[in-house]
Amino acid sequence: MSTPAVEARDVRFSFGSTPALRGATVAVAPGEILAVMGPSGSGKSTLLHCLAGILVPDAGEVWFAGRRIDTLGEAERSALRRDRFGFVFQFGQLVPELTAEENVALPLLLGGTRRREALARARGWFDRLDLAGLEQRRSGELSGGQAQRVALARGLVAGPEVLYADEPTGALDSLTGEHVMELLVGSAREQGTTVVLVTHEPRVAAYADREIVVRDGTVTTLTPAAGGS
Amino acid sequence: MSVPLTLLGLLEREPSHGYDLKRDYDALFGRGKPLPFGQLYATLSRLARDGKVVVGDPEPGAGPDRKRYVITEQGATDFEAWLAEPVAAEPHLQTVLFAKVVLALMLGRDAQGYLDAQRAAHLQRMRELTEARRGGGLVDALLADHGLFHLEADLRWIDLTAARLGALAKEVSR
Repeated sequence: MSTPAVEARDVRFSFGSTPALRGATVAVAPGEILAVMGPSGSGKSTLLHCLAGILVPDAGEVWFAGRRIDTLGEAERSALRRDRFGFVFQFGQLVPELTAEENVALPLLLGGTRRREALARARGWFDRLDLAGLEQRRSGELSGGQAQRVALARGLVAGPEVLYADEPTGALDSLTGEHVMELLVGSAREQGTTVVLVTHEPRVAAYADREIVVRDGTVTTLTPAAGGS
Repeated sequence: MSVPLTLLGLLEREPSHGYDLKRDYDALFGRGKPLPFGQLYATLSRLARDGKVVVGDPEPGAGPDRKRYVITEQGATDFEAWLAEPVAAEPHLQTVLFAKVVLALMLGRDAQGYLDAQRAAHLQRMRELTEARRGGGLVDALLADHGLFHLEADLRWIDLTAARLGALAKEVSR
């Protein structure tokens, strides 16, 4: 494979004395949508946080676009997260004081884009994600599915190279979750965004190109069996 | 899929010629496995013999297939009863999946490896169905969803079984 978009090499991480990752290795190709599955507490969210530069591993290496990032300082990792990565979490985590469009514009504003331009770019996402007319609502005035689509727009507005999604449909019913996934996958493919998608739902994982399973802090890569059972 | 009852359902909508019945059946339920004409006419004959449809006189027109089939009161009653009755919710305890896991554990083989391979095959099929439902209409989506939910149920069983392999091995190797 060409230089991976993101890669973890033998990554280890412990919360205090409790190991969460015990040598996790995975490489995600540019433009690939990778599903990370595994039981609760297996370390899949910790792996995502290490790949995204939110957590710094105790041992091992994390690479992004051919550059090692686990050795960077907090300020550099923070800039990386802001400028090159996008995030969507289980609960949209919208800022309640801001309108929907201000929430979407937030990564651009934090990156130094002028307010007028940032809001204009943010508004462009409302039509794409079936949110037209909701620009001025605050998070308390949005349904779960709407809030999650606003969060998705916020994750994609800055044109990230990698979108990290942690249980993006976990709080939604099947039909709403499916709508969010359609939009997430459609937008990512359109923009060529690499996606690391943590989910425990097989129907969500089925939107990805490939899946890995995290068990007891290590990665099992599955390849489809030839000829089925 | 019950062909006779499905045909009765199509006739409940409106009386039809054999050719139209086959066309509608294939479009809605065939899914790459069209209903052979032989089976169609044999089924319609049986339905007529059992008083569930009546066959009209041949109508003038091109081709041999100009008989119109009409559902009877008996046919409609049978169809309604079938429609109202839930399909048996079988526990499927004797599936190939189950048998393979138990045999693998019993024989000291790699049950985890088998479950992983099965998991990958299931997810591959789910990816195909997801792709199909994204490109198709609502009828395709409904059918794909049915498959997806069943595969998901299997996957949950696979995950739970994988988590219990140690305990299960003790149980079956007694």
